[in-house]
Amino acid sequence: MIVTVASGKGGTGKTTVAVNLAVTAAEAITRTETIKATQLVIAPENPENFVELIDCDVEEPNAHLFVKPQNVVKQEISTMVPAVDMALCTFCGECEKICRFSAITMIAKKIMIFPEMCHSCKGCVMVCPTGAIKEGARVLGSLLTGQSSHGFNLTWGELRVGEAMSPPLIKQVKKTITCGSGRSNSISEDINNKLSIVDAPPGTSCPAVTTLRGSDFALLVAEETPFGLNDLALTVEALKKLGVPMGIVINRADNDQKGIIDDYAEKENIEIMQRIPFSREAAKICSKGLLLVNELPEMKQCFKELYLKIVSRITQNAKESKYKKTSTKTATSSSDNSIVGRS
Amino acid sequence: MKELTVISGKGGTGKTSITASIASLAERRIVIDADVDAANLFLTLEHNLIETEQFQGGYKAKINPELCIGCKECFKRCQFDAIFEEITENIIPKLSKQKDEQIRDNRISPKFAIDPIACEGCGVCVHFCPTVAISFERQICGEKYISTTANGPMIHARLGIAEENSGLLVSQLRQKAREMAKEQKIPLIITDGPPGIGCPVIASISNADALLIVTEPTLSAIHDMKRVIKLGRQMNAPIYVCINKADLNKETSENIKEFCVLNNIKFAGEIPFDRAVVESMKMGKALVTYSDGAASKAVKEVWENVKLFMGDTMERVF
Repeated sequence: MIVTVASGKGGTGKTTVAVNLAVTAAEAITRTETIKATQLVIAPENPENFVELIDCDVEEPNAHLFVKPQNVVKQEISTMVPAVDMALCTFCGECEKICRFSAITMIAKKIMIFPEMCHSCKGCVMVCPTGAIKEGARVLGSLLTGQSSHGFNLTWGELRVGEAMSPPLIKQVKKTITCGSGRSNSISEDINNKLSIVDAPPGTSCPAVTTLRGSDFALLVAEETPFGLNDLALTVEALKKLGVPMGIVINRADNDQKGIIDDYAEKENIEIMQRIPFSREAAKICSKGLLLVNELPEMKQCFKELYLKIVSRITQNAKESKYKKTSTKTATSSSDNSIVGRS
Repeated sequence: MKELTVISGKGGTGKTSITASIASLAERRIVIDADVDAANLFLTLEHNLIETEQFQGGYKAKINPELCIGCKECFKRCQFDAIFEEITENIIPKLSKQKDEQIRDNRISPKFAIDPIACEGCGVCVHFCPTVAISFERQICGEKYISTTANGPMIHARLGIAEENSGLLVSQLRQKAREMAKEQKIPLIITDGPPGIGCPVIASISNADALLIVTEPTLSAIHDMKRVIKLGRQMNAPIYVCINKADLNKETSENIKEFCVLNNIKFAGEIPFDRAVVESMKMGKALVTYSDGAASKAVKEVWENVKLFMGDTMERVF
């Protein structure tokens, strides 16, 4: 199952929640408790790698600062851009005509390529009648993987500074997700095997949407400010469009009193799954790149509760969707699934 | 005319709060909210909306099921996994085994459909569709706004939910601001940038005369600041740094200052953590107009420094 930690507004604590949740989930004791809470049997063949953490905020990845992974393997990721073999080019101009992004143009008897404008649709390669356009490459950034001392793997992407397009790199990072294939209709199949926690980038446009597609559950980290509420509402709308179920965690909650986020959640019928209280101490721990669950016992409890709530919620969703799938195979639900299911 | 863009790399460091304040302190200016997919400036700056315009973004392909013959040409060519087979159960319920045979015998043809969220608008499917079943239309992706505020216009926007082309929208907002600045002889454009280093950020800082980076004393914020500084340097813009919530970790704040000195980056000041920041936001006002406390004073000092630094930069000719 894929749990994506998201928020419209930046700096609400997505990474903090994601890493602390991953550490909590990876602890053996919580695994036993998970089974108890959800009546799930975790596949015995890989209990060690039950959890993985994927940081999809490729523009500004931060999870590795907290996880401090070992044995990091780095791999360069590129995307296709056209490369013209001038010996074969007949200057027919077909490539310029198909390109919607002005990435390839013909000026007099010269083909100009602007790699940074290219979306890698391969249209020019396909239309070229002489096969003069080959597949070149533009470096998007790197894909990195390492092991946490807490018993899980961290995978993250790092966009090359100066590269404008993060979604193609995010897609590559998401391909490493080992549980299922990011298809929501497959949750019931892989729910027992693996938990992938994904840290999403802020915003509600392409990078966030690319990350959230195909998630089984989205955990929205919200803060009780007008900015926080405004951006939370935008993300909720995006998730509705994507068909991803969601829950809210309020970070830096002032006290136990209900606030603007609670009112909104009630109106939208979204569950508030946890309130993480504000404290200067917690802020300081995070500022140093340390883990809340290791430093503060009350935080350990807080994240354990949150984790168990999420897992039982997803199990419930899976059971319900399985029921829905077998009982009513309506045209609408199947087309919904196919849209949501593609990542 | 000069353009100052406020960025941070990491989100939530206080870009918008600080932009709202300096936009209230600057005598005459245009302020732009370039964080178009999570715009917040309008929430904290008193304004009157005077103009709304539609934002035309990219194109999206759409298959007409009446004309689709299920040849798979589009499906095979799409690089974005946006095309999916839509043999719906309502056509042949419970006949999944016979389905393949029926397709083979041409008794039914599979239909294809396009997921608009995944479609990049490259038009490859449109070009190759043998039955011209795919339409290709420019999408309305959001709205652009012009508002008036106490000391000059505010240009902002709302990108539609899950829409693309945020970079294009930002470029259009900045273009509009430049035109207005020229017409109305306004000497300064302040842009509230988005987080990250991707396309909307690049669109926000290209050709800016100066960048003000708002950071905070956390490991994450420093990491992200360094990446955005690298980007700013690629764009040849002078960079100033200020630290928000500086007293949350004084030691780290000192390290940031040292980093700025070592890297020849002008340090514009530090702002203490102050509840008045959130309170002013809740009141829908800029910090400096709402409070006279420690943070408000510090922001004023940051602005004085930025003005001084910007006076040093060469006047750009447009």
